[in-house]
Amino acid sequence: MNRLSSTGGIDDSSPLFLQIAEQVEDSIVDGSLAEDAQAPSTNELAAFYRINPATAAKGLNLLVDKGVLEKRRGIGMFVTKGARAALLAERRAAFATRFLDPVVTEATRLGLSIEDLAALLAERTRKEPTA
Amino acid sequence: MSVVISARGLGKTYPRTTALDDVSFELEEGKVYGLLGRNGSGKTTLMSILTAQGFASRGSFTVFGQQAYENADVLKRVCFVRENQQYPNDAKPTHAFEAASLFFQNWDAAFAARLVEEFQIPHRTRIKKLSRGQLSAVGIVIGLASRADLTFFDEPYLGLDAVSRQVFYDQLLADYAENPRTVVLSSHLIDEVANLLEHVLVLDRGRLILDAAADDVRGSAVSIVGDAAAVATFTAGRDVIHQERLGRVAAVTVMGRLSSEERSRMAAAGLELAPVSLQQLVVRASQHAATLESTGKAA
Repeated sequence: MNRLSSTGGIDDSSPLFLQIAEQVEDSIVDGSLAEDAQAPSTNELAAFYRINPATAAKGLNLLVDKGVLEKRRGIGMFVTKGARAALLAERRAAFATRFLDPVVTEATRLGLSIEDLAALLAERTRKEPTA
Repeated sequence: MSVVISARGLGKTYPRTTALDDVSFELEEGKVYGLLGRNGSGKTTLMSILTAQGFASRGSFTVFGQQAYENADVLKRVCFVRENQQYPNDAKPTHAFEAASLFFQNWDAAFAARLVEEFQIPHRTRIKKLSRGQLSAVGIVIGLASRADLTFFDEPYLGLDAVSRQVFYDQLLADYAENPRTVVLSSHLIDEVANLLEHVLVLDRGRLILDAAADDVRGSAVSIVGDAAAVATFTAGRDVIHQERLGRVAAVTVMGRLSSEERSRMAAAGLELAPVSLQQLVVRASQHAATLESTGKAA
């Protein structure tokens, strides 16, 4: 019924406000929300994700506490300078646990060796750019 | 945050049944509340009392800090959209909207007209001839366009098609964002409204069994899925609220959050974490209350 599950971005797996924060971080990381640009407002986020505005506000405030966004009185929230670099560093640090560990777990379950994995990865990265 | 409603020990008894039993809570200004519970759990009874349309057998409550009965200062700021609202025999939707515009000082006629369009309400047909869904839509228009400081919607979506339900949720969110006010949404379709709610109250057979922020409720339990033996080891000693088994795979829902250390231990054991929805938690809380009651009676 709501947009959250249908976009695949948001589900019940963690508190909604954390997921909202992550969605905003995603757009900073992929560059669609540039540094010094104005972040979506509480009401815009609430309407788009079909969630309570208080939840959206909580997500944005989390990013303010983290130093990713800054409040400009009477105007709105803006992406801070250096936010993208900081987020990239944070995500790179979490990359192994977040993405590689599940891959290794599943590969072990399927009886694939680390060499098999490395070969698969090499094959994939060769193909991807042209695909 | 100022308190809009303060209820203390509300009870309602009929000769054969107890509709409400010692219900106490506070509602704060500017939040969207979910009043959740099964059919017959007392939701409508509670809302009737809080809007001074019914009397409590016990307990007391204030609305905007005052007693509500026959108090125009309070009641003109309160809108209650009943699920089975009765209208005069020959009334048309336009009559209902005109009456509402006289009563509610914040009534927005342009907004009401827009909503009538969106819900495709045949506003010159007699209300008696409307379908169940169209009747619900009339109530929703009144509830939204009245912009009352305190608005109750009792199962507002009955008979509405999927498109109209989405229109309602979108309009409610948009208008609430522009004109913040206190909204109480009673529902048993919890999954559908879960993300709109800031706070939930859950009634079960007349008793208030849950009164918490929606975010806290959502994070209050996790489901652990995987090999039955590994799940059993991991969940030993925890507060298990539900378990299911399919062959060698078990899914066990436990109360509480997991630390990151526990998460990595789980991953190492090949276990997966599955989300628990607000609806599942409310259903389980109701079942849990039922179990406690039956064991209490047996003892």
